[in-house]
Order: sequence, then structure tokens, then C-alpha cells
Amino acid sequence: MTVGLHAYLVLAALVFAIGLFGVLTRRNAIGILLGIELMLNAVNINLVAFARFHADLVGVIFTLFTISITVAEVGLGLAIVIAIFRVRKTIEADHLHLLRG
Amino acid sequence: MTAVPMLTLITWAPFLGALLIMFTARRSPLAVRLIATVSTSVSTALSLWIFVVYDREAAGFQFYEKLPLVPPLGVAYELGVDGMSLLMVLLTSIIIFAGVFASWTIAVRSQEFYALLLVLVTGVYGVFVSLDLFVFFLFYELAVLPMYLLIGIWGSSGEIRPRGIFAWAVRETGVGTKEYAAMKLTLYLLFGSAFILVGIFALYVTAGAASFSFVDLEVATFDPGVQRWVFLAFYVGFGILAGIWPLHTWSPDGHASAPTAVSMLHAGVLMKLGAYGVVRLGMGLLPEGTRELAWLMGTVACINIVYGALSAMAQTDLKYVIAYSSVSHMGIVMLGAATLTEAGLNGSVFQMFAHGIMTGLFFALVGLVYEKAHSREIFKMGGFGRAMPGIATAFTVGGLSSLGLPATAGFVAEILTFMGAWRSAHAWWLFPAVAGTFLTAVYVLRVARQIFWGPASPHFHNLVDARGPEWVALVVLVAVLVIFGMVPALALAPVDIATVPLLARILGP
Amino acid sequence: MDLTAAALRVLLLPFVAFLVLALVAPLRRTGRWAGWLSIAAVGVAAIQALTIWVQGGRAGASWAWIPADGGPMATVGIMVDELSAAMLVLVTLVSLLVQVYSLGYLDTEPAPALGRYYTYQSLFAFSMLGLVLAPSFLQMFVFWELVGLCSYLLIGYWYDRPAAARAAVKAFWITRLGDVGFVIGIVMLWAATGTFEFAALFRMAEQHALVVDGLSTIMFLIYLGAVGKSAQFPLHVWLPDAMEGPTPVSALIHAATMVTAGVFLVARAMPLFALAPDVLVLIGWVGAFTALLAATMACVESDIKRVLAYSTVSQLGYMMAAAGAGAADAGFLHLLTHGVFKALLFLGAGAVIHAVGTNDIFRMGGLFRALPQTGIVFIVGTLALSGVWPLAGFFSKEAILAGVLEGRMVGPFLLLALTAFLTTFYMFRVVLIAFFGRPHAGVHPHDAPPLMAVPLWILAALTVGLGVRFAVVGAGDHHGPAWLAPLSLGLAAGGFLLAVAMYQRTLIDPARVAAALSPLYGLARHRYGIDALYGALYRGFLLGFSRLIGWIDRYLVDGLLNVLSAWTLRGGDVLRRVQTGQAQDYVYGVAFGVLVLLVWAQWAR
Repeated sequence: MTVGLHAYLVLAALVFAIGLFGVLTRRNAIGILLGIELMLNAVNINLVAFARFHADLVGVIFTLFTISITVAEVGLGLAIVIAIFRVRKTIEADHLHLLRG
Repeated sequence: MTAVPMLTLITWAPFLGALLIMFTARRSPLAVRLIATVSTSVSTALSLWIFVVYDREAAGFQFYEKLPLVPPLGVAYELGVDGMSLLMVLLTSIIIFAGVFASWTIAVRSQEFYALLLVLVTGVYGVFVSLDLFVFFLFYELAVLPMYLLIGIWGSSGEIRPRGIFAWAVRETGVGTKEYAAMKLTLYLLFGSAFILVGIFALYVTAGAASFSFVDLEVATFDPGVQRWVFLAFYVGFGILAGIWPLHTWSPDGHASAPTAVSMLHAGVLMKLGAYGVVRLGMGLLPEGTRELAWLMGTVACINIVYGALSAMAQTDLKYVIAYSSVSHMGIVMLGAATLTEAGLNGSVFQMFAHGIMTGLFFALVGLVYEKAHSREIFKMGGFGRAMPGIATAFTVGGLSSLGLPATAGFVAEILTFMGAWRSAHAWWLFPAVAGTFLTAVYVLRVARQIFWGPASPHFHNLVDARGPEWVALVVLVAVLVIFGMVPALALAPVDIATVPLLARILGP
Repeated sequence: MDLTAAALRVLLLPFVAFLVLALVAPLRRTGRWAGWLSIAAVGVAAIQALTIWVQGGRAGASWAWIPADGGPMATVGIMVDELSAAMLVLVTLVSLLVQVYSLGYLDTEPAPALGRYYTYQSLFAFSMLGLVLAPSFLQMFVFWELVGLCSYLLIGYWYDRPAAARAAVKAFWITRLGDVGFVIGIVMLWAATGTFEFAALFRMAEQHALVVDGLSTIMFLIYLGAVGKSAQFPLHVWLPDAMEGPTPVSALIHAATMVTAGVFLVARAMPLFALAPDVLVLIGWVGAFTALLAATMACVESDIKRVLAYSTVSQLGYMMAAAGAGAADAGFLHLLTHGVFKALLFLGAGAVIHAVGTNDIFRMGGLFRALPQTGIVFIVGTLALSGVWPLAGFFSKEAILAGVLEGRMVGPFLLLALTAFLTTFYMFRVVLIAFFGRPHAGVHPHDAPPLMAVPLWILAALTVGLGVRFAVVGAGDHHGPAWLAPLSLGLAAGGFLLAVAMYQRTLIDPARVAAALSPLYGLARHRYGIDALYGALYRGFLLGFSRLIGWIDRYLVDGLLNVLSAWTLRGGDVLRRVQTGQAQDYVYGVAFGVLVLLVWAQWAR
């Protein structure tokens, strides 16, 4: 049985939706970061899938870039979370509303 | 002409001064003042020099400089002065020279204050000398924007009682505070410059010459429809800065809240920028539009004259009186221009000069009185003449000039405007204009009597006359007012050679 | 002698004195030295003016003032003729005497104030001379305003007195009101003819080339200037108040020179006024009416200076009436003689005030014994003003009455005749009450010091001398009918007798006369309510209207703007609530937005 492109796209969409759900509902900043991570990986799945099925290596290379940037982003995100925790003693997103107009 | 780029020097010397102040004179208030004095003195000396050597036979734009900036779009750094801008440059120099001395006692952040003031002056010079509309607009914005900070930071707040059906709005907007005044002024003027920008682009596009140069646009012809609405845009845009009714209300609040030198510069020079813009761009580029809309300009100007004078009469705050008198006097400027006669237009330009000096003097005096008495409430004051005879004398000269007394510059401007008004297509303009001078006599003398005459008020002690550097401002301004009043040809000779061709273009063959 | 150069010297000497005093503060602050400088300047000018007058002849010169394309738009210059030469002499001479007198009169003033006084005096002399030498309407207006300025400054010399401050401002405003007409008139005339020059305008008038629509209106407007400056009804209200200034100032500016500028203007521009006969008739009637009105007010006034002020208004009315009847030369003659003897009267009154320290005639009395010199010169002045032969006033008054009759203005003639009667009455009322009557206890006045006495005697001598000269060579060419001289002398005698009966012999009780004429008496005491009317107009109408405009500006014009900005602020307030500060809410927004875009993309396909 061959698995078609379709299946990969559905998987990626599901992962993306789960990630989005996490970002929207989590109150914990680390949870939100995890959600973002899931969404990015959903994109990676898409990229790899397209690369495979269109026999175009560019997608794979792009994915490598994305992964490395994601790592940096997580590093940065966690650093911010830790910095906020030091200052505010909380990482609950509800309490972080300095941007309110 | 000379190889030395005189106009560039005049324009950028204050800017250079501002840079020097920001980078070198960090901790020395005296150095700040010295740099400001030197840089404005350079501009003043050079503007006097070009005023003297300007070739009155040749006329036209002189001291011409051109440096292409964006050749594909036709944007160039193009400078030049004719008789009209020559006088305006001189006015700017005199006012800023006096202004530097008048604000000698600024204590808070004097470094930033002087730097901003000098940047502002560069903008003003730039507007008067630039012949490229794009650069003109840049300078225009440069002249308007520092005002926000100057008023917002160094200004003073007054108190306006919320009354009438719109009291809630007065309360909510914080009328009377310096922040309100600064914001109102900036928004108004930016609102105006939107019109100006649209007008400039409209001319640029319809002329099709791919040039922003005034010289190129002057020879282009625009069709009457375009002329009409572009003139209207210029009139409204620049007119706001010139305080045309009913878009004038930024000026009393702005002038009242601004610190002394800023009021001087703003009422003395910046309002002229508006009138100059109408005459230079509106009338200079759009002869047909001018002909068609002169009635509007003149009629609004008449309202300005009478309405401004009556409003001034109703004020109890000294600064507001002077500010409203500016609204009234700018009416004379606009009226003179609207008459489309030689006498009227000369009177208009001369009034720009005369009113600039006179209102500069007034604001300098108000600043001094405020500094000594810590009050601007006219009806609390009284008998100041004994303690401050010098200030009283200067105030009297300024007041006499503003009510158009002969032997002061105000008279020449007003009589010329009257002459123009009666010869214009709308002779009745003469009557509100003359009535305005009578009303001016009423409120000016009433204020002078209240403040300086009569028995000494019990509310004030230890009043002193002007001192040291403050004298410089007063003496210079009074002298200019009287000298140009007695020998108006000094200013009118160059102005006339600029206005006559302008009128010839407007009125056609 | 070069007349032009001489006239320029006359004009510029006081100006130089003014400049020096204005600019060299240390000299000004010495007071007396400033005075001597000013006196020296005007003294030399007076000698020069006399030589010009003696030599006679006409001259003129002009220089460009306001440049314009194709010839100057306005010129300045000087114009010497009989009219201006005579005025030059009058102005410089009276100025000189008054300035000398002031040194004595103001001897207790602080030195800086005295210096200021002489600075103003020099400026005034310059301005007045510039006015009489003016060859064009515009230049005349320039100096016209400058003398107004000096008047304002000198009335307000004691600027910390509220009454003086009020009077100064009032004088400026009221004359300015007339000047509004003046300036409109000359601008209209310029617009119609293209020139301000008298010479050019007169030439046009002579050649019947002055065809101007509404010339009468123009001349009426110009006349309004004269109404203000020469204190004609209804703008006469400022002159009595102007007495708040020092007495020498009243003598010079508010009696002898500046207030006559209006008459001078009408005399100067006579060729033009002649083309507007209806305006002339108006001038005549207003003049005669003013003369009578002011005389009645003088009869009930108890302030010696105010009596003289009303008398000035009255005599100015005389001059104007003559001008209106076409006898401007008679009016001008009266201007000259009146300048001399009214200055004499004012300076005499000044000597009295200086001696007793009050203006109120009912607090004087029996002063003749204490001040014999002052008394004599004052009586000489009084006789001249009453028109007694052979003093100067007799001849000029005769000329005016004759001129008015010649002009067939019977109404004004009757008014003037009645005025002549009242004039003698009110003047002798003052003389009898102040100089004779019962002396007040505890007052020991003494005659004036030489600095004040000498000018008095010179003026008295001039009054007599001019009269004698007129008696010998005749005055002017207006000769009335034979009954005129007896009539006017009879009127004067009647006035004198009435005054004697009321205030000397007490045959008639003044209080009962006042009661009998009570409505009229009350009106005259309250200045016919004209001052009150102006006050009400100013406070009620002008200030009220300005308050209304101020309110409209602040709360309607600006109010609308504030409403706009308040709405903007409120709108912003509502919109900013969207910005919760919760990053997750923004993600909701993004997600929802993407969803909408997707749906829209499907839809659009």
C-alpha cells in the first residue's frame, strides 16, 4: 500500500491544528511555545512531503533551514520565558498583558 | 554673482549651531548661548549683506544655487531670493537674533531648547530661499515640527474655564494646557501641509515637465480648473499657518502656551511663512486661480481683521491679546495680497515684515513682564511703568506700530493696504480694514494703560526693568520698527521689483 | 535766503533735540539740561521761522518716500507759503514760551520725569511743524497722528494718576475716531486722482479737472479728521478731559497749536472744500453750534482749566464757522490771535494754580492783590478773548462775524453772536470769582517766578501789539456792515455787566438763575450727556460686542474643534479596548482572519 501525498497533507493539517489549539488554549508560556513548535513542524512535514512527491530537493533544504531556525527560536523563546519568570515570578500568559492599549 | 553659496550659509549656519550645541556644549549653559548667538549672528550678518548687495536693477532671483538631488524626478536643491524673500530672510534673521537674547534665562534643558530653536530657524530660512517645491516642502515641515516639542516641553499652561454647550469637550480635551496647545498647533499645521503637498504634486504632475523647480513651473500653464482647486488647496494649507478665519484657533492657544522665543518666532516669522506661501506659490504659479478666488481671500481677511481685533479686546490674558492681534494683523497681510494691486501687495509684504518685528517685540515684552511679575492677568496688573520704564516704552512703540501710527512700520503697511483695497475690485474692503485699526487702538491702549499706567498694583512687588541681554532684543526690534517706518523705501524698493512682475502675470496683458 | 533750507532747519532742529534726548539717557535724566537743550533748539527754530515769515514768498521741495513702479506712490517734502509761514511762527514762538515757562512750572518734578517731558515737547514741536509744512495729505496725516501721539503722551505725563491715564487714552480714541474718516477720505481721493499732493490737487481744482464721483463724501470724510482734532461737536468730549495734563501742555497743545490743526486743514484744503459747498455749509453750522454748546458748558464749570478748555472748543467752533462760510482767512486769523491770547490765558491760569494749588475757582478769590502781575495779564487775555477793542481778539472776531454774514449764513451768525455774549460772561465770571471776590483764609500765594512771568508778559505784549497793529493797518478783507462792531462790543459789554451783576455786586443770585434755568443748567453741568453716551457706547456696545465675539471664538468656533477632537479621543478609547495585551487573543484574530481569507478565496473562485 502506498501512502499518497494526500495523507501527508492531512497529517500536517492535523498537527498544525493541534499546535494552534495548544497556542490558543494553553495558559502556560512553555505550553504555548510547544504549540508553536508543533505548528512549525506541521509546515516541515508539508515541505518534506512536497519535496518527496515532486522530486525537488529544495523543499528538503528549506526544511533543514526551518529546523535550525526553530531551534534558535525555541532557545530564544525559552530565554524570554525565563527572563519574564525572573521578573514577574509567573509564566501564566493571562498575567502578561503589558501590551494592553 | 558671488561664488560663495550665501543662501546655503545663511540657511545651514543655525543647523550647524544646533549640532555643535548638541555635541559639544553638554554642561555649559553659557556655551550653549554663545554658540546660538554666534550661529544666528552669522546668518543675520549674511542676510544683511545680501539685503544690501542684492542687485535692485536686475531684479529676479539672485544668489542662485542649484544642486540636483534626484535627477529622474526633477528634485534639486535649488535656492535663490527675490525682493520678497529677501525681506523675509532679513525678518527671520532679526527675529531669531532677538529671540536668542530674549530666551537667555531659559533654565530647563537649555541645550535642547536652543538646538531645536536653531533647527526650526533653518527650516524657516529654507522655506524662504528654496525654489524647488519638494525641498520647499521639506523645509516647511522642518519649520513646523520642532514647534511641538518646544511648546510641549518648555511651554506654560493656562486655565480655560469650560463653559457653553461644548463644555464637556473643553474638559475632555484639556484646553489650556501646553500639551493641548502643542498638539493642536501641530495637528492643524500638518492638516494644512497635507493640502500643500497635494497641491504641489498636482502641479508637478499636470505641468508634465518632470521638475519641482519653481522657475520651471512658473512658465508652465495650467488649465483653469486645476488652477482653481490647487489655489484653494494652497490657500487653505498655507492659510492655516497664516491664521485665516475660522482656522485660526490654533494660534492663540499655541502662542499663549509657547515660551517667549518660540512665540516670537512663531507669530513673527512662521505665520508669515503661510502668507508667503500663498503669495509665492498660490499667486505666483496660479494667476487664474488667484483672479478667481481673490474675493474669497479678501473677504475672509476682512473677517480676520475685525474679528481678531474684537477677540483681542475680550481677552484678559496678555499673551492671548497679542495672539489675537496677530490674527487681526495677518488679516491685513492677506487683504493686501487679495487686492491684486501694487499698493496692496507691497503693503501686504511690508506688513509681513512690520508685523513680524512688532509681534516679536510684543512677545519679547510679554515674556519679560511675565518673568518679572509671574502673571499674565492684565486686570491684576497696574502701574508697572514706574518700575519698568524701558519695557513700558518698548511696549508703547510696539502698540503704536500695531495701531498703525505713522513713523512706525505698521503705518506704511496699513496705508498701502488701504490704498490697494479701495482700488481693488472690492472697494468695501477698505472699511473693515480701517475699522480694524481703530479697534486695535482701543484694545492696545486699553491694555497699555491697564498694565503700565495708573497707580501701582498692590499684587506685585520687586518689579524690575529689563536687564543685560534682554535689552538687546528690545532695542533691536524697536529700532527696526521705527527706522523702517520712517524710511519704508529700504524695504519697499526690493519688494516692489518683485511684486510688479507678479501682478503683471496675474492681471495679464 | 533759501526758504526751503530755512524751513528744513526749522523742522529739523526740534527733531534733532528729540533724537538727542531720546537716545542720550544721561542727558535726559538731568531734567533741566534736557529742558535747556529743547528750548535752545526751538528758540533757534523760532528765529529762523520769523525770518521766513518776514521774508515771505513761497517755496517747496519733495522727496520720494514710498517707492512704486513708475514714480513714487507718496512723497515727503515741505511747502512754505503765507499759511505755513504764519503757523511756523505761531508754533515755534508759543512752543518756546511754553517750554521756558515749564521750567518754572514743573520745578518740583523729579529730574528724569522733567527730561521725559522735554523729550515729548521736542517731539511735539517737530510733529507740529511737520504738519504745517506738509505739502500733501499723506504727510499731513503722518504728522497729524504724531501730534496726536504727543498729546496722548503729554496728557498722560502724570501717568500714575488714573484720571490722567483715562484722559490720555480718551483723547487718543476720540481723535482716532475722526481720523478713521480722514484716512478713508485721503485714500479715496488718492484712488480717484492718483496723488496726495496739495499742489497737484489744487491745480486740478483750478482747471476744473477734478471730476471725482462723490467728492462731497470724500471732503466730508476728510473733515471728520478735523472734527476729531479740533474738538468739534460731537467729538469735542476729549478736550476738557485733556486738562489732566500739565497746564503748559494745555496751553501749547490743547489751545494754541494742535487743536487748531483741524482749522488749518480746512484752510489748507480750501480749494477742494470749495468744490463741495454742501460740506462747507455743514462745517459752518457744526462750527457755530459747537461754539454755542461749549460756551454754555463753560458758564457752569468751576475748574478754571476746564472753563478755558470749553472756551477753546467754543473758539475753534468760531474758526470752523468762518471756514464753513468761505472766510477761511478770517478763521485762520482768529487761529493765530487765539493761539496767542489763549496760551496767555492758560499760562496765566497755570501761574494761579501754581500759586494756590487748586483748579477750583470757588476756592480762589481776591487773588488780584496777591498776584498783581498774573492778574493783569490774565485780564488782558480775557479782554482779548471777549473781543474788546483794540486787542487782537476784537479784529479776528470781527472778521469772522463779517465773513459769516458775507457767506449769508444767518443762522450760524446768530449762534456766534450769542456765543460772543456768553464768552464775555463766563470769562469775567472766572476773573471776578478768582481774582476779586473774598480771599480765602490761610492761603498766601505769591506771584510767579521770572521763568514763568517773562513768557506771560511777552504773550500779553503780543496780544496788545497785534491788536494795535490791526487797528492801524486793518485786519483781513472782511468788512461787515457798520452795525457789526457796535453790536459785538455791546454783546461783550452785556456779558460783562451780567457777570458783574451776578458775581461782583450780587444783584442777581447765581443760585436762583441756576434754578430758573434748571433743566438747561443741569444738562450743561452734565455736559449734555454726551460723555455719558460715549461711555455707554464704549462699555455697553463695544466691550459687550467684543465679549460676545470672544465667547463665540472660544466656545463655538474653537468649541466645534474641541468637539471633533473629543470625539476622536472617545473613538480611540473604544478602539483601544481591542488591544487586550493577551498575545493569545491576537492569535485568535490571526487564525480567524486566515479562516475568513480561506472562505473568501473559495467563494471568489
